[in-house]
Amino acid sequence: MIAEFGLAALWLAAALAALQLIAGALALTPRGAALAGVVRPVAVVQGLLALAAFGALILVFAETDLSVKLVAMNSHSMKPLIFKIAGAWGNHEGSMLLWVTVMGMAGGFVALVEKRLPEPTMLATLAGQAFVSLGFYAFLLIASNPFERLSPAPPEGNGLNPLLQDLGLAFHPPTLYLGYVGLSVAFSFAIGALVTRQVGPAFARAMRPWVLAAWIFLTVGITAGSYWAYYELGWGGWWFWDPVENASLMPWLAATALLHSCGVLAARNALRAWTVMLGVVAFSMSMIGTFLVRSGILTSVHAFAVDPERGSFILALLAINIGGALTLFGLRAATVTEGERFRPVSREGALVLNNVMLSAILGIVLFGTLYPLLAEAMGAKVSVGPPYFNPMSAIFFVPMLVVLAVGPLLRWRRDTFARVRKRLALPLLAVLAGIAIVLAIGDVAVLPFLGLVLAAGLAVASVLPLRDRNLRRTPLPVWGMVLAHFGIAVALFGMASESAFSVEKLVAVRTGETTRVGPWAIRLMAVEPVAGPNWTALEAQMLARYQDGRGTELRPQSRSFWTPPQQTSESALLTRWNGQLYAVLGGEATDGRWQLRLWWKPFVPMIWLGGLLIALGGVLALAGRTASDIRRLVARDKIAYRRTRQGR
Amino acid sequence: MTEQTRKTSRWTIWLPLALFAAFVVLVLIGLFRPAGRDVASTLIGKPLPAFDLPPALPERPGLASTAFGKGQPRLLNIFASWCIPCRVEAPQLDRLKRMGVPIDAISVRDRPEDLRGFLAQNGDPFQSIGADDDGKVQLALGSSGVPETYVIDGKGTIRYQHIGEIRPEHLPLILEKLKEAGR
Amino acid sequence: MRRLLALLLFALLAVPLAAQEEQSTAPYAYRQLDDPRQEDAAQALMESLRCLQCQGQSIADSDAPIAGSMRSLVRERIAAGEQPEAIRAWLIERYGDYVSYAPRVTSLTWPLFALPLVLIALAALLLRRRFTRRDGA
Repeated sequence: MIAEFGLAALWLAAALAALQLIAGALALTPRGAALAGVVRPVAVVQGLLALAAFGALILVFAETDLSVKLVAMNSHSMKPLIFKIAGAWGNHEGSMLLWVTVMGMAGGFVALVEKRLPEPTMLATLAGQAFVSLGFYAFLLIASNPFERLSPAPPEGNGLNPLLQDLGLAFHPPTLYLGYVGLSVAFSFAIGALVTRQVGPAFARAMRPWVLAAWIFLTVGITAGSYWAYYELGWGGWWFWDPVENASLMPWLAATALLHSCGVLAARNALRAWTVMLGVVAFSMSMIGTFLVRSGILTSVHAFAVDPERGSFILALLAINIGGALTLFGLRAATVTEGERFRPVSREGALVLNNVMLSAILGIVLFGTLYPLLAEAMGAKVSVGPPYFNPMSAIFFVPMLVVLAVGPLLRWRRDTFARVRKRLALPLLAVLAGIAIVLAIGDVAVLPFLGLVLAAGLAVASVLPLRDRNLRRTPLPVWGMVLAHFGIAVALFGMASESAFSVEKLVAVRTGETTRVGPWAIRLMAVEPVAGPNWTALEAQMLARYQDGRGTELRPQSRSFWTPPQQTSESALLTRWNGQLYAVLGGEATDGRWQLRLWWKPFVPMIWLGGLLIALGGVLALAGRTASDIRRLVARDKIAYRRTRQGR
Repeated sequence: MTEQTRKTSRWTIWLPLALFAAFVVLVLIGLFRPAGRDVASTLIGKPLPAFDLPPALPERPGLASTAFGKGQPRLLNIFASWCIPCRVEAPQLDRLKRMGVPIDAISVRDRPEDLRGFLAQNGDPFQSIGADDDGKVQLALGSSGVPETYVIDGKGTIRYQHIGEIRPEHLPLILEKLKEAGR
Repeated sequence: MRRLLALLLFALLAVPLAAQEEQSTAPYAYRQLDDPRQEDAAQALMESLRCLQCQGQSIADSDAPIAGSMRSLVRERIAAGEQPEAIRAWLIERYGDYVSYAPRVTSLTWPLFALPLVLIALAALLLRRRFTRRDGA
C-alpha cells in the first residue's frame, strides 16, 4: 500500500510540475496573466508531494518490504535500522527520487519566500525549475520507478554494499545532493533572468543565498566524502582524483566562482553576463557529474552498473536542459550589457581573476576527467591521474591563492598596490618564515613546499581584512569571508603536510611484539574474533605510545560481511593535535605473524578541519545575509502597512 | 547611469554551447561503443619475453620461454586452481589438445596440492606447467588476470591474446589464430 | 535487464571467490625496502601506477593480488638500482599507457598538456578585452 501511495504521489507531483511549467509560461504572455496566481501554490504543493513520495520510500525500506523490488535488491532484514533507511537513497532509483524531492522542495521554498524579484522573472524562474524537474520526474517514472513491485517477493534481500554501511557515507550523498540541487535554483534564476532580460543586483541578491547554501552543502559533502575515503578504504589516501570525486569537485569550483561573481553583481552591478553564465554552468556541472557517475561511463573506484539505456535517458535530459540554457544564453547574452566598469587593480579586478582561475581549474579537471573517454573514442586507452591533476591545477591554484591574499584588502572600483603594500608585509613575513622552517626540515618536494609556504602566508593574510575594523560591528558576511579564507589556508596546510611528512610502515609482527612508526611505538597485544549485527571480524588490539608516553588502545578490524559477502578493513585512528596515527590490520602472515599497515600523518586532520571552517564561513555569511534580508523585508512591510493605513 | 552598452563579442558567447555539444557527442560515442574493460597486452606481434619458471608440480617439467619458437605454434595458458572461469574453459582446452594443439601453462600464485586437485577434476591438457608464484612472469607477459591464453607462433612471437575463459563458441577463433600463426 | 541482474550478482559473488585467492606471496608486496630513499621512490612510483584488476585504484592502494605482484616488482627493481621511469616504461610496453596515471606527451595526449596554455591564452584575451577598451569608470 505504501509503495502505491508513493507512486501516486510521484505521478501527482509530476503532473503539478507540468502545470507549473505551462501556467508559468502562459502567465508571461499578455493573455495568460490570470494564471500568474496559480504558479506559486502549485510549486509548493509539488514539493510537498515529492516529499511524500520520498517519505513512502523511506518507510518501505525501514520495514524491509521485500515485495518492492528496490528493497529486495538493496536491503536486507538483518541490517541496523539506520542503514535500512540510508539504503533508501544508497541506490540509483532512490537517489534520483531524493534528487527530485530536494528540487521540488527548493522550488516550493523559493515560491514561498522570494518576493524581491519582478513577478515576470519569478514566473519564468519557477517555470524553468518545473521544466528541469519534469525531466527528472519522467526519468523516474519511465525508466527507474523506485516503487516497482516484485512478485513473488523473495524471502530475503540482497543487502547493501558493506562499504556503504557506514554513518559517514549514509549521509554523504544526500549532503552532496542538497548542494547539487540547490544549484538548480541558481540555474532557474539565471533562466528567468535571461527570459525577462532582468539581470541586475536584485537578481544577484535573490540568487546569492541559494548559491551560498548549495555551496555550504557541497563543501561539507566533499569534506565528508574525502574523510570517508580516507578511513574506510584503508590505505590512508584522502583524494585520488577519481572521476567520482572530480564529479563532486567540479560543481564546487563553479559554485565558488558563482558565489564571488554574485557578490560583484550584487554590490557593484558588474559582471552581469558572466554571472548568469556561471549560474547555468554550476548546475550543469552538477548534472554532468551525476551523469558521469551514474552512467558508469568512466572507470572509477565507485563503479556503478553500466546501463546505456539509463545513461542515454539522462544524457537526453542533459542535452535538453543544458543545451537549451546555453542556447538561450547565446541568444540573450549579447543584449545583456557588461554593467559597471572598474579598474584591473580593484576588488572587482581581484574577483575577476579569482573567477578566471577557478574556471581554469574547472577546465583542467573536466578535461582531464573526460580525456580517457576521448582517447577511447580514438581507439586508445590512457589514464589521467594525480601526476597530471596536481601540477596542472597548481598552475592556476597558486596564483589564485596570491589573489586571494591581496583581493580582500583592495577597494571597490579602483585602488593602487601602493596603498596595500604595507599591509602585505605581515603575510610576506609569514611566507619567509615558512620557507626558512621548511628548508630547515629539508627534503620536501616542490608542490608540498609551495603548499606549506603559501598556507602560512594565506593564514596571516586572510585575517587582515579584520584589521582597522570595530570587531563588534563587523558584519557577519565579512567574518564569513575571513573564516572561509582562513579555512583554505588550514586545509592547504593539512594537505601539504600530509604529502610532505607522512611516515608509512608495513610490518608483520607476532602478538607481544612492538614496532615503531614516526614518533609512535605500537605493540600488538592480541588478535581476536568479534561479531557485529551483520558481520564478523578479526580485531587487533594494539597499544600505541607517543614518544613512549602513556599508552592508548587501538582496535582496527578486518570485517567479513555476509549480505552481500565481502571483506572490508576498518582502520583505527588515533588523533592528536599534531596529527593522526592510522592503523590497519592486514592478513595473517606466516608463522603466526600479522600484517599491519601503520601511518603517522602529521597535521592530516587539518584537511577536513579546514573544509569545515570553509563551510562554517559560508554559514556565517548566509546567516548575515538572511538576517539583513529579513530586516529589509520587515521594514518594507511596515512602510506598506503604514501606507495602507494612511490611504484609509 | 554610467553603464556602457558595449556588447560581449559573438564567438565567446557561443563557446560554452560548442564545448557542451562536443561533450554530448563524445559521451554518445562512449555510451554506444563502450570500450571493453579488459586491459589487453601490448606485446602482440612482439617476441615472447624470456622467462624460466620452476615446475608447478615436482614430478612435471617447468616452463621456459625457450620451449616456444621451435617451428610450431603453441598455446600458452595462464590459469590457477583458485580461478572459477578456468574450470569453465577446461573442456575447451581438452578439445584443443585432442586436436593436436600443444598447450603449455603457467599457474599463478598456486599451491601444488590445490593444483593437483584441479587437474584431477578438470583434466590436464598441459605439456608442462610453470609456477609463477609471485606473478612476475604474468606481468612480463602483459597479462592482467586469469585465465588468459596466448597464441605463440613458430618463431616465438606472440600473435594473439585471449582474455577470459575460452568458451565453446571461441574455439573457431582460437583455431583460426593458430592457423594464421602457423603460416 | 535480467542479464544485467545476473551480471551484478555474479560481480558480487566474484568478490569472495577472488578472496579465496591468497594474498600476494610476492616478497615485497607487503614489505618495505630497507633503504628509506629507495622506499620513497618506490612509493611515489606505485602511487602513479594503475591496478589492473581494480581499475580505479593505484597499486599502492589495493589489496588485489596483482597489485601486490606489481608492488613487489617495483620495489625489487628499485632496490636493484633501476630508475623509476624505466620501470614505468617497462610496464607501459606491456600494458599500454593505461597502466600509468601519469600521461606521457604523445601524439594522442598532447591536448592534455596544451590545455593550460589554451586556458591562459583565453583568460588573457578575455581580461585584456575587459580592461583595455576605453578606460571607463
